Amino acid sequence: MTIALTGHGLTGLRPTVDQSGPDWLVRAREAAFERIADHGFPTRKDEDWKYLRLGPVVDPIVDGAFSAARREDGHGVTSSMLAGLVPDLGGPRLVFVDGLLAHDLSSGSGSGSGATVTGVASMLLDDPDRVAARFGAGVGEHAYLDGFAALNVALAEDGAFIDVPADLTLEQPIHLVFCTTSTVSQTAAGGESPVMSSPRSMVHAGPHSSVTIVETHVGIGGAPTCTNAVTKITLDAGARVEHVVVQDMPTGAFHFDVVDVVQAADSTFSSHAFSLGGAIARHEARVLLDGEHAHVALAGLYAPAGVQHHDLPVMVEHRAPNCTSSQRYHGVIDERGHGVFNGRIVVQPTGGGTDATQSNKNLILSGQAEIDTRPRLEILADDVRCAHGATVGQLDGEAIHYLRTRGIDEATARGMLTFAFANEMVEQITIAPLRDWIQRLVSERLHHVSDPTATELS
Amino acid sequence: MLHIDNLHASIGGTPILRGLDLHVAPGEVHAIMGPNGSGKSTLASILSGRSGYEITGSVTYQGIDLLALEPEERAAAGVFLAFQYPVELPGVGNLYFLRTALNSIRTSRGLDEIDVRTFLEMADAAMQSVEMDRSLRSRSVNEGFSGGEKKRNEVLQMAILQPTLAILDETDSGLDIDALRIVAGGVNALRSPERSMLVITHYQRLLDHIVPDQVHVLAGGRIIRSGGKELAAELEANGYSETVHQSLVEQSSVAGVST
Repeated sequence: MTIALTGHGLTGLRPTVDQSGPDWLVRAREAAFERIADHGFPTRKDEDWKYLRLGPVVDPIVDGAFSAARREDGHGVTSSMLAGLVPDLGGPRLVFVDGLLAHDLSSGSGSGSGATVTGVASMLLDDPDRVAARFGAGVGEHAYLDGFAALNVALAEDGAFIDVPADLTLEQPIHLVFCTTSTVSQTAAGGESPVMSSPRSMVHAGPHSSVTIVETHVGIGGAPTCTNAVTKITLDAGARVEHVVVQDMPTGAFHFDVVDVVQAADSTFSSHAFSLGGAIARHEARVLLDGEHAHVALAGLYAPAGVQHHDLPVMVEHRAPNCTSSQRYHGVIDERGHGVFNGRIVVQPTGGGTDATQSNKNLILSGQAEIDTRPRLEILADDVRCAHGATVGQLDGEAIHYLRTRGIDEATARGMLTFAFANEMVEQITIAPLRDWIQRLVSERLHHVSDPTATELS
Repeated sequence: MLHIDNLHASIGGTPILRGLDLHVAPGEVHAIMGPNGSGKSTLASILSGRSGYEITGSVTYQGIDLLALEPEERAAAGVFLAFQYPVELPGVGNLYFLRTALNSIRTSRGLDEIDVRTFLEMADAAMQSVEMDRSLRSRSVNEGFSGGEKKRNEVLQMAILQPTLAILDETDSGLDIDALRIVAGGVNALRSPERSMLVITHYQRLLDHIVPDQVHVLAGGRIIRSGGKELAAELEANGYSETVHQSLVEQSSVAGVST
């Protein structure tokens, strides 16, 4: 079913968008608006959106309850506020407040390292052709997977623009902070409404370059903000990109983010996703293996509790031969939380010699918790290895007993085992301050008493 | 110290222990031997506080009704079970686990927690005593450990938690001669006048290394014979079926006289 657009919702968002961009961008936005007008937003009848109750998000979008942030409003976020929300990773940091780059909070950008690390809006002024090459939504391209993807194109004004030239290895991670605020924005009609953030980021890793990108999504205040972020990552031959995305939004937030990756031959991409906050939150990973001997490793943790929904659609497409892929996701679902793992592996007829694995393990901590786990394998080539497995279970009674015989009370034992299950995903993070921060967040989410000496003993 | 009187236990209506009596004095090491299915591991499980059994009879330890305590309370009271099949705990660091256990026990006894530095010194010393590779410090508890490493890890925990009643459930199973010697050495190092041990085993060979004060034969859910360490050798020579048969004959004739 297509949601009928009353028109005024999107036109309410529309005038807030900068219309002064280059022609190709104006046309792309127009096409995106038309796409939404024609096809609307996804519903449960779409396989990729089957388990998510979208009404609470789509209705206010269509009704014009959100408006885009406006640069002239200022952002009201201080560096000390930010210090309480995200870790200091030492390297370059771009901070986006409600989707727009806050230059005063950002550091280490520019081209000192040889790489370009800047904002899309700045780049549109300096060198729009470079943005055009990476924007990934030119008219006529197969750019709009669904209404949310189209909405991002329609509304995107800013985001990270990162270009790593050939053979360059960046030792320090590039930290992209996406912070929403509860400040209401003036609408065109003169009313006030919560902000819709639509950052669109582009990362290009040149041949045999290497870079780590860390995205942290956080928010200040409890207003029901909406984020609809897209990060497009392109790896040239032999490039290596490590990507970490941590979603720790306030529990009232609606949050959608997509990492959309295309890999050339012999490239290696890894991603670690942590879905912790938000009311209805979706993290989507799409990877196209487009060159021979490319490798991708996707991993993630989702931990919905309360009445949170965490949706993780994952799609790996083997188009080139002899590529390898792995998906490894853990879910911890408590209270009335709802988790969805929707993992696809597509092996095209050209994808002979594929080696693909998928594993999804879920820990259910409450009788009212809900999990949908769904492997979707479409194998159209011969000579393919494709292994997948999914489990849904409770804590191991033998393990609890073992801990109790060592003097550890039952509640602590349960906390230790739950944290350990989640921590298997956190331990893979090699950047120590980032890992420690995620460990702390996960501890808090799981109501696990965090022992600061735990890392000292590991 | 440990008094087990007329202990009956069944699981799902199937009786396993049928009137077991056992008294262990402080500082003594008692071996419990018996054929498969005789109830040896059930006894160990029940003493550790595993749920799921229907139990009658009494078990007191240092004057406390052990059966009324939760597993963690038994640990705080000084009871320790070295598991026949130690459980793997993916993601739980071995030393973190050990320190949490030690401090839980100390806290429930009203003692201060041990700081990290002191703990690490203790752990290093204990690991050396069981010749455990340092790489196992940071690994997840028992995950990917070999059979021998798991058993050494049990003895390591025992060395750190310093129980007053240690129950070793088939600690020798799956060990080669070298590992057996190391594990037995770790156990012997913990023998003291205050510490009692219950060594459950199917084979005599462990008792060549951990020499018991008394040996009991468990069959059909009861202790059918008790004796000194030479009883183990006799069992090894004659086999369980002969000994069990002999004992049952003696018992029935005794019963016959008394009626």
